[in-house]
Amino acid sequence: MVNTHTFLLIAVIAIVTYLLRSLPFLVFSGRKTPAFVTYLGKVLPYAIMGMLVVYCLKDTTVLSWPYGIPELLACIVVVLLHLWRKNTLLSIAVGTACYMVLIQVVFKTA
Amino acid sequence: MRREHKATIRRALVSTLPVFAGYIGLGFGFGVILRTRGYPIWLAPLMACTMYAGSMQYVAVDLLFGGVSLLTAAVTTLMVNARHLFYGISMIEKYKGAGWRKPYLMFALTDETYSLLCSDTTTDPSRYNYYFFVSLFDQCYWIMGCTLGAAVGGVLPFPTKGIDFVLTALFVTIVVDQWRANRDHLPVLIGAAAAALSLLLFGSDNMLIPAMLLIAVVLTLMRKREVPTDG
Repeated sequence: MVNTHTFLLIAVIAIVTYLLRSLPFLVFSGRKTPAFVTYLGKVLPYAIMGMLVVYCLKDTTVLSWPYGIPELLACIVVVLLHLWRKNTLLSIAVGTACYMVLIQVVFKTA
Repeated sequence: MRREHKATIRRALVSTLPVFAGYIGLGFGFGVILRTRGYPIWLAPLMACTMYAGSMQYVAVDLLFGGVSLLTAAVTTLMVNARHLFYGISMIEKYKGAGWRKPYLMFALTDETYSLLCSDTTTDPSRYNYYFFVSLFDQCYWIMGCTLGAAVGGVLPFPTKGIDFVLTALFVTIVVDQWRANRDHLPVLIGAAAAALSLLLFGSDNMLIPAMLLIAVVLTLMRKREVPTDG
């Protein structure tokens, strides 16, 4: 099962991953970062967070039961609780607990 | 250990707690899959140490199992992890001056570490240690989760269905924080809209790359617009 090719594959995947993560730093090290890249670096965190929320919810069942209701409710809980208490851990813990109860008990699917 | 180090470590531990929950869950899932394909337990920590990539490690199990060519593995990795290019761009300024920590900070820049650090606004000199410990702790959680999953296999002590929502919740709280701290709401809305459009057009397995390209194009086109000042 585990042979030389397994280790070579792991090495290739690890190296390509590290190259991707370090490439922007290598390309723009030393010289001054171009204004355009600085601009992207400033706005991307916001855009990517918006994207990641959607990405996390990508497998939500919207068109049939339970119509994404558990996800929607749990997200609303997280947002409201976070606006109210401003406590990240609390918002995440309560939101996740709500979600687990919702899909395991309330909106049970086979 | 110096007192400020202790304070930094404590702060890093507290802020990475949500990632702890998420990585134990996600890593666990990876470990279980790896074991069910017949691989030995020690392969889980090995992959978690060297690759340290969430979705890519899941994909990697299939690649290993299929015994694909090295080129196929390289191209697949490029596709799945291309989003990390964008993370790096946001951290160029932030990681300047990180010194000996920088090679590791670059290596450990996962979605979750990025999300914690890109929203960090501290400016004191201890911040590089904070970045380092957040990155290190996150990877430790990941290694623990992967190894635990591989060791335990398919036997779960309680119904954990839905626990992966911690990561969704983490990202939602960050969006709320960003929304409150910054009056320019257009980038986050563009990100969400681009992701939604990409999801509709390309499906859940292929949405990330088109979404990122769309985000980059739209943000570039918008560069000259008037931006509301913070406050």
